[in-house]
Amino acid sequence: MPIDWIAKLRFFLQVQAFALAIATIQYAFMPERPYAPPVVYSLLIATFTWAVIDFGREFIPSAAETGWPKGMQGLALVAAGIAVGYLGGTTLADLLCKVFHFYPPGSTPAPGELRSSILITALAGIAGSYYFYNISKGAYLERKMAEARQHTNEARLKLLEAQLEPHMLFNTLANLRVLIATDAPRAQHMLDHMIAYLRATLSASRNTTHTLQAEFDRLRDYLALMDVRMGPRLQYALDLPTHLANQTVPTLLLQPLVENAIQHGLEPKVEGGSIFVSANQEGDILVLEVEDTGVGLRGLDTGGTGFGLAQVRERLATLYGVRGQIELLDNPAGGTRVVVQLPTA
Amino acid sequence: MTEIAATALIAEDEPLLAAALQAELASAWPTLKVLATVGDGASAVRQALALQPDVLFFDVRMPALNGLDAAVELADEWDHDSPGARPFPALVFVTAYDQYAVQAFEAEAVDYVLKPVQAARLQKTVAKLQQMLAARAAASSTPSAAAAQATEPHLQATLDQLRQLMAAAQGPSTAPSADGPLKVIQASVGSSIHMVPVDDVLYFEAADKYVRVLTAAHEYLIRTPLKDLLPGLNTQEFWQIHRSTVVRATAIDTVSRDEAGKLSLTLRGRSDKLSVSRIYAQRFKAM
Repeated sequence: MPIDWIAKLRFFLQVQAFALAIATIQYAFMPERPYAPPVVYSLLIATFTWAVIDFGREFIPSAAETGWPKGMQGLALVAAGIAVGYLGGTTLADLLCKVFHFYPPGSTPAPGELRSSILITALAGIAGSYYFYNISKGAYLERKMAEARQHTNEARLKLLEAQLEPHMLFNTLANLRVLIATDAPRAQHMLDHMIAYLRATLSASRNTTHTLQAEFDRLRDYLALMDVRMGPRLQYALDLPTHLANQTVPTLLLQPLVENAIQHGLEPKVEGGSIFVSANQEGDILVLEVEDTGVGLRGLDTGGTGFGLAQVRERLATLYGVRGQIELLDNPAGGTRVVVQLPTA
Repeated sequence: MTEIAATALIAEDEPLLAAALQAELASAWPTLKVLATVGDGASAVRQALALQPDVLFFDVRMPALNGLDAAVELADEWDHDSPGARPFPALVFVTAYDQYAVQAFEAEAVDYVLKPVQAARLQKTVAKLQQMLAARAAASSTPSAAAAQATEPHLQATLDQLRQLMAAAQGPSTAPSADGPLKVIQASVGSSIHMVPVDDVLYFEAADKYVRVLTAAHEYLIRTPLKDLLPGLNTQEFWQIHRSTVVRATAIDTVSRDEAGKLSLTLRGRSDKLSVSRIYAQRFKAM
């Protein structure tokens, strides 16, 4: 990691200001003594302490991410900084004071001074370190939050792209264009499904849950569109028992699974096949299944990005923890079977 | 200009769209006869070989074999050299989504039409096709062997463009993978995993649901698709020679051309004979 000299300078100046303040306070308590020595001691001790801690953390690997070493390493660094700061700072300050005769003749450090200056150094060092630790931590958390926001935005965009897949959209429009001329009522019917599908997809990012009935209605819209496009190559059936119609489920949870079944299961298969979506209750578990007779699991890794499935898995984990499960199985009749389990509401 | 009578094949998996394209063509080019309409890439290749049309309209996304792969395979199977051979058909791709920077190809050998197909745009394509077929007819009416040669540049241009389209279609996955080149292939044999050094591999061959990994002495099967392996392979070391074959360049012993003009390879260390797709044939020229 390259050293950020601007940040170093900023910290250095802040440390110096802090040191001056301490020296001033010291002077305020003992106005009869000269001002110069405490300033020299304070600035030098602060400089040494700052140098050890601020540069020392560059060499500690665990500081790379947060800007501050983890656990004991952080405490040890502060202790080392204070020790070196005190010894180095006082030695140099003694020397300077002697050379420049800062002490008026006859005045020598009082006996208790050693103890109190060690105490001041230690307290100031700890306070200063804590202050800078909080700054680094704040910057780190802010950076993390920005990253998290970025991820959310990316995920949302990807979701939209995945759902409004351009191929799907333009092929549907192409079919619609044909139907307008040849079969206007059917065109209208298709357009209605398309409107419902688009509305649901676009609002899915706003509403987080809806009823299972609404979920199945949206699947029916999508499958009706695909039915026009694929003609005899697609058969489908949806089975939603009436007593489950009002169960709440995350919006468009099954949509990516049905799209996968079409795109990676049935579309690559010359003769097409069928899709069966069902809902069942087992105790307090809601079991949702999407079954297809397409090319099977192998089809999933030939062109799929796995985004749909990963997204469903992630949503289940976030909402229900271990009680939300998704399983990808070989359909014994050929094709793929996806089983989703979540707690009943 | 005078209407040119010609024949066409439409490959489109969505029945309504196939019918619509045929209807649009009927008004844009009344003398064009659509010989057949098929719904998948494999049938497209079969029917094109059987019916020998002048023009092909291929959907890009089709089951079994996509439009690009179907065109490449057709170029391999097409009879180019026998005396009565018909010239390679003019190719028009029809696609719903502009993922290959279509505009770049406006003036080239292979044309492109976006779905929904619009009459004005189709008219442009038809005009271009008619021009090309007229030029071809003029060339073949002059006697001598010139006719046979006249087809070659068109085929070559088609192949060049198909190669570019394939590269565009594969997109960023052809860029070297971030993890660096692949070092070992993990192949499961029974209940154990064999670690096969990539340096030992002579060639990879996609076969139905698996990829065969062949070394001098052994053969392994893996489930990772060839296109996912490619980014991990050094393109200097491994050459793609066919949609389903990638071979170690230094393992190639001889390259020979049969009487139909198709290239095939023999390898050092194995007795297999591998055929080279026409779009990759440009790699094999004597220095």
